[in-house]
Amino acid sequence: MQLEAKNISFRYSPKQPWILKNFDFTVNSSEKVALVAPSGYGKSTLALLLSGYLRPVSGEILLDGQPLPDKNCICPVQLIYQHPEKAINPRWRLRKVLEESGQLNNDLIASLGIEPAWLDRFPRELSGGELQRFCVARALISEVKFLICDEISTMLDVITQAQIWNKILEQAEERDIGIIAVTHNMELAKRISTRIFDMTK
Amino acid sequence: MTKYINRRVLVIILTVLIAVVVASAFLASIFISDSDVEPDFSNTQLPPSLEHPFGTDWLGRDLFLRTLKGLSTSLTVGVIASVISAVAAILIGVASAVGSKFIDSVITWLIDLIMGVPHTVLIILISFACGRGLKGLLVGIAVTHWTSLARLIRGEVLQLRTQQYIAVSRRLGKSSGWILVNHLLPHLVPQFIVGLILLFPHAILHEASISFLGYGLPPEQPAIGIILAESTKYLSAGIWWPAVFPGLLLVVIVLLIDRLGENLRILIDPYSAHE
Repeated sequence: MQLEAKNISFRYSPKQPWILKNFDFTVNSSEKVALVAPSGYGKSTLALLLSGYLRPVSGEILLDGQPLPDKNCICPVQLIYQHPEKAINPRWRLRKVLEESGQLNNDLIASLGIEPAWLDRFPRELSGGELQRFCVARALISEVKFLICDEISTMLDVITQAQIWNKILEQAEERDIGIIAVTHNMELAKRISTRIFDMTK
Repeated sequence: MTKYINRRVLVIILTVLIAVVVASAFLASIFISDSDVEPDFSNTQLPPSLEHPFGTDWLGRDLFLRTLKGLSTSLTVGVIASVISAVAAILIGVASAVGSKFIDSVITWLIDLIMGVPHTVLIILISFACGRGLKGLLVGIAVTHWTSLARLIRGEVLQLRTQQYIAVSRRLGKSSGWILVNHLLPHLVPQFIVGLILLFPHAILHEASISFLGYGLPPEQPAIGIILAESTKYLSAGIWWPAVFPGLLLVVIVLLIDRLGENLRILIDPYSAHE
């Protein structure tokens, strides 16, 4: 599988400057790409565009030559956000978060370090690292072909980072999932990726 | 006093008090037959006594029983009208927030229009057009009272729609209907309940005031507004009890329910307490 951004341009409104202009980017599902650049270079915007949360103003996002599937259809490109507490409905018990993507009865959950007792709690009763595991578990649906990780481990302690990344890399290896990781941490980028893409160039 | 009674206890106390009042008014309407409030010309305009706690009116009817019956009419009007308004508010508010731009602008314009005209005038017109009586009043109150709650719910949904977890849900292939039922509506439940309770005193007061003005319930019906309207004729003769007791009871009930709604709102949304 191949995820391709073809000559895309994007700005949030016609009054604002271009964030991406005639930008090209290709990833294979066997690859693990780390996106690095200082703040404000459009890393997160690119992540949102590639996973279909935003539409490019011009150009197109292609998955194996086809445009990304639109509404009411499970997207094979899943994004994991930087702040898990914003990406989970605060009024839901965590059991329902996993039910939403059909991941509740999956061996994955235990191997991500999610304890069964957490399932009956509310998001505010868990820490950021614990919630991020739920976001990872939710995104690793069987349909997923590309996983975009937008600084998912920035606010986690080193042990939790290692745990979560090891699991993601293991799944990627096993199921042939392409990884696009946005990060500021060069050491992490070198460690997890097969290719580092510097957006400043 | 405030040291021992916090807001949660206060809400429970208010709920119990309201339950008692509502239950007694409804029981009264069942157990007090029409013959108990028949005119009795040998006992007209008696001041309050043990036999007649609220006194009697110009036709010799016992005012205590008549007030209780009137109250049950008011409560019925209040319940039906506020439930209709609140349900309409949530439907219209959600439709406005998730519908097309055109629907949104039509609904916003309609809300501004209804809010711009004084409620009393609008209710009088609508109740007149529906042929007065209970039906006219209900329609009038229901049609005019959904606006502020609808506006609140529209704002809430607009804000919820931008949340990341809703966007994630869409990318997981969930339909708009599924998102509405599972993500949006649970967030609106507290707003809905508080809005419903706060609509209630409004509805009762409007029912009373429209009946008082003579555009609402027919004069033979025992309603607080009717009793108050009749009492004005004799006030200057020093007959104060037909005005004071029914009026006081109406105010007490309205205040009780209003306090309950306000306290519940602050409990559910502590930030709004600072406004």
